[in-house]
Amino acid sequence: MKGPLLLGVRHHGPGSARAVRAALEAAVPEAVLIEGPPEGDALIALAADERMRPPVALLAHAVDEPSRAAFWPLAEFSPEWAAIRWALGRGVPVRFIDLPAANSLATPLDRDGNRPDHPETPRAALPRAARPARRPTGDPEWDAVPDPGWDAVPRGSEDGRAADGVRIDPLAALAETAGHDDPERWWEDVVEHRGGLGDGDPLAPFTALADAMHELRAAHGPGGHHRDLVREAHMRLRLRSAHKEFGDRVAVVCGAWHVPALRRRTTLAADRALLKGLPKVKTEITWVPWTHRRLARHSGYGAGIDSPGWYEHLFRAPDRPVERWMTKIAGLLRDEDLTVSSAHVIEAVRLAETLAALRGRPVAGLTETTDAVRAVMCDGSDVPLDLIRDRLIVGDALGEVPPDAPAVPLQRDLSRSQRSLRLRPEALERELELDLRKETDAARSRLLHRLRLLSVDWGEPFEGRGSTGTFRESWRLRWDPELHIRVAEAGSWGTTVRSAATARAEHRALGTTDLAGLTALAEQCLLAGLTDALPVVMRALADRAALGTDVGQLARALPALARSLRYGDVRATDTTALAEVAAGLAERICVGLPPACTGLDADGADRMRGHLDAVHTAIGLLPDSSKTTERWSSALHRLAARDTVPGVIRGRAARILLDDGRLDEEEAAGHMSLALSAGTPPADAAAWIEGFVGGASGGGMLLIHDERLRSLVDDWLTGVSAEAFTDILPLLRRTFSAYEPAVRHTLGELFRRGAAGSGGGPVRPDAPAAPGFGPGLHGERADAVLPVLRLLLGTGIGTGTGSTDDTSRCGAHGERTEAGA
Amino acid sequence: MTASKTSVGTGAEVLRPHAEDAFADELRALAQADDRPRPAGWLLSPWAVSTYLLGGLLPDGTTVITPKYVGPRRIVEVAVTTLATDRALLLLGVPGTAKTWVSEHLAAAVSGDSTLLVQGTAGTPEEAIRYGWNYARLLAHGPSREALVPSPVMRAMSEGMTARVEELTRIPADVQDSLITILSEKSLPVPELGQEVQAVRGFNLIATANDRDRGVNDLSGALRRRFNTVVLPLPATPEAEVDIVSRRVGQIGRSLDLPPAPEGLEEIRRVVTVFRELRDGVSADGRTRIKTPSGTLSTAEAISVVTGGLALAAHFGDGVLRPADVAAGILGAVVRDPASDRVVWQEYLETVVRERDGWQDFYRACREVSV
Repeated sequence: MKGPLLLGVRHHGPGSARAVRAALEAAVPEAVLIEGPPEGDALIALAADERMRPPVALLAHAVDEPSRAAFWPLAEFSPEWAAIRWALGRGVPVRFIDLPAANSLATPLDRDGNRPDHPETPRAALPRAARPARRPTGDPEWDAVPDPGWDAVPRGSEDGRAADGVRIDPLAALAETAGHDDPERWWEDVVEHRGGLGDGDPLAPFTALADAMHELRAAHGPGGHHRDLVREAHMRLRLRSAHKEFGDRVAVVCGAWHVPALRRRTTLAADRALLKGLPKVKTEITWVPWTHRRLARHSGYGAGIDSPGWYEHLFRAPDRPVERWMTKIAGLLRDEDLTVSSAHVIEAVRLAETLAALRGRPVAGLTETTDAVRAVMCDGSDVPLDLIRDRLIVGDALGEVPPDAPAVPLQRDLSRSQRSLRLRPEALERELELDLRKETDAARSRLLHRLRLLSVDWGEPFEGRGSTGTFRESWRLRWDPELHIRVAEAGSWGTTVRSAATARAEHRALGTTDLAGLTALAEQCLLAGLTDALPVVMRALADRAALGTDVGQLARALPALARSLRYGDVRATDTTALAEVAAGLAERICVGLPPACTGLDADGADRMRGHLDAVHTAIGLLPDSSKTTERWSSALHRLAARDTVPGVIRGRAARILLDDGRLDEEEAAGHMSLALSAGTPPADAAAWIEGFVGGASGGGMLLIHDERLRSLVDDWLTGVSAEAFTDILPLLRRTFSAYEPAVRHTLGELFRRGAAGSGGGPVRPDAPAAPGFGPGLHGERADAVLPVLRLLLGTGIGTGTGSTDDTSRCGAHGERTEAGA
Repeated sequence: MTASKTSVGTGAEVLRPHAEDAFADELRALAQADDRPRPAGWLLSPWAVSTYLLGGLLPDGTTVITPKYVGPRRIVEVAVTTLATDRALLLLGVPGTAKTWVSEHLAAAVSGDSTLLVQGTAGTPEEAIRYGWNYARLLAHGPSREALVPSPVMRAMSEGMTARVEELTRIPADVQDSLITILSEKSLPVPELGQEVQAVRGFNLIATANDRDRGVNDLSGALRRRFNTVVLPLPATPEAEVDIVSRRVGQIGRSLDLPPAPEGLEEIRRVVTVFRELRDGVSADGRTRIKTPSGTLSTAEAISVVTGGLALAAHFGDGVLRPADVAAGILGAVVRDPASDRVVWQEYLETVVRERDGWQDFYRACREVSV
């Protein structure tokens, strides 16, 4: 063998993995070098541990700043993993040869293609769509995300990073040369789907691929991957030292893209010069469990693959992969109670294979099997296919890491926060009062809320003894030893408490389907100060609200949102998104409420009346709500006027409008007389009265002061027949017994005297004496009150004879507010 | 109900020639260029059949095959492969997704004959699928092979051709099930004669059905299992749909002698947008979720809304298609169920249409007809 054995691969490819294993078996090298951070050398032995189960990832992070982290994920079917396991099984030394994480994590990233190719950021558990747009350079959080590991087969510029077209996609270029339009498919056909067995020379595919890459790099140069030059220089240095140590029999497993660079003859001095002066940062490295979902490209992992589950299947299946795959799918569908017979499986396999032949592919790939499953097993529907994609094609394999792997960065970040906030974890339960206006206390509250989101229930909020103002919080703290395990579990969500909580909240937002749960989540995000998660939660919330058909549910969600808006104000977080969603919710309630109020039974009507009040209050709390209020009142108008709506709701709507001054007394009286006219069934009329004046919300005062309304009630009540009266008595009793004793007394007095005439407004100088009042106004007495009123209100009010009107208005107003308070 | 093989009036210019006649040149050219293996009884190889439907350039570099079906390649490939694996094919889709069109062209390309057709209706009898009798002969000579009137399906079986069943789900369930023996045993017993007709190689069956229609007879599990199902999707992009609608509207307008609309494209685009948004349940910018009404809102309905609007504009307006002309039509298409759909429509108007730039006229027009 001349020179090192260079095995160019694609990360996470089952065909590559098999080929690497076969090549190693054939060549039996003295040492295996792998593209990866050299800091990982110390941890490599753990990979042989029985308790280590892929998918796992090497996680390197800056000691002082755990959010600067990079992952190198390894699945069972990754060629690197295959190489590591082979070497450990044979006792052959394994070394990582990529640029140390200490350098890559320290290098600030710029825009000119030196940004990492495939940042596997701590936030990568989220679907791409849910992630915030890439921020411009200078944003510390984004820039802290350093170069990750695998990128040897760099993919196209999905993110517009290569607007100048410098960056090329070697896979696409090769596929195009071979006359294929789909690089993914081409690669599968020529590399991943090959058995890797039976072919004469196990090294032949690598030679061919290396030659192809060589041509490509000769044509395109480094293809925009300037950072690669530095990394490749480092790889060559490590390769040289390995050569010194082990001689010629060294195998290198690295991205196919790097192979030509490693073959190239360069001088030691030139490589050293490239590496000179690289910034450095203190890092730590560990193994963390990984999942198939996070290997998938749609989770935001740039070097990811579309179908980890399918690849795992290809790697594991000893033979007949398509048949076995179809049987797996049939099993899954049967578990979901879909009838799938063996005949289906047979037909699906036939269809897939014939499709592959029609399309000129050597074997049926994922597209063919999926098409066949859709046509044969799913009746052409995509719904069961989504299930298959989620459970099998991506799969939910979860890796395991032995407990003696170094601690996860999340734990370190937590300890740091605990130190800086002087909040020691103690096993003894204790109570903690927080004043959110203080910086430290606010930070403590955020930390505790974030931990709760991560299911690390260190603190538990409770109703404190003291004031219940929005700026106070009471917590009960207790640190159980098992919380350490929870922290370790939460480590897969991110490297800092903040980023992990954000990722978790976003994940939950996508999984939660009920509206109340989402509003609660939004509230939690606000409390925890997770502004990054908020847009995702809001988006999910808006979607749920749009699809919700139960107005009651919408109405229940709105007050919580309005409340959150106020919390947001207290905590000075940006709540515009929240306000938008709340306004949208209110809009939908306005549209949906009138139809939802018809055909209700008594209980339903009562509940809906409660919603009406709650929504009304909530809409009043919304910022900038003039438009919403307008629509709301027009919805209420419709409710008040619609016959099919239960009396209690109509009455309530009329009352709300009257209180807001959107219905003048004339119209209110009109509604009332309609509702109480002889044609209305007495029970319905009584319900209307309950809605209009019921409850302790000043209804009694209204009756005392508005004689016309009172006389309407009086006339109606005296007109009700004896039998009907017995029926409605409980309802009336409920309505009127809620009034305060004094109000009840006055009302009784007024009714006893009998309604006098049917005058206009409450008090008019020329009106006939109302019961309980003298005839006309006593001007002198009324004027005597004015100086006191002026003092009370702190304003000048009109003087002279016109003042009597003001006086009466002020009086009525004052009383009503007081009663309403 | 059953189309007879020898059509009357072929001498004069027919209104609509069969696919195999209209595209005879292309089929001939494909057959010549086709050097791939052909399944028994097929006139072309599966590759050539899919090229015939999807269009393309033949290896000789000069013959252009026009695309018959514009849509995902996958659909056609799966359909052709299904027929090649000797499974029956069920084409599903809402009205106006070219189900019948695809089935006709598939039959024409595979068997060279698209006329072995059973049109499914609520009144389709079993005889239409199996066989009937020539009663004069039956009475005169007793039951015999000569007195038997074969159905198109039976003829396809004995000749190794492709039979077509249109609107399978409209056929009563018990009549549907008479297909089971045909598809599983590939034979059709004639108990009256003590004989059976066995399908020869090349026989297959293409059925079409509407999957979002009310009042259909669902396929029994046993029958469904005999079919591979391909769902024909609605146009994937708004542009494609606007294109289809305006092209079709133009054709219909000509036959109705409507004057061509000078500035109708704007409205057509709007109708298509409204239909797509309500159908997909999400606004065009992907930011707002929308409830979906109970109607199908297919492209075919968009076409009828626009033609209706054009007629309104031509006969009662100034000939320019305006929002008010299409508003009533849209309302009629969307609000099928007066209770639930009305809420959906109003919510859509208030949350999506009202705020959209340049849609104020449309919003007002819709409000007017909605009240």
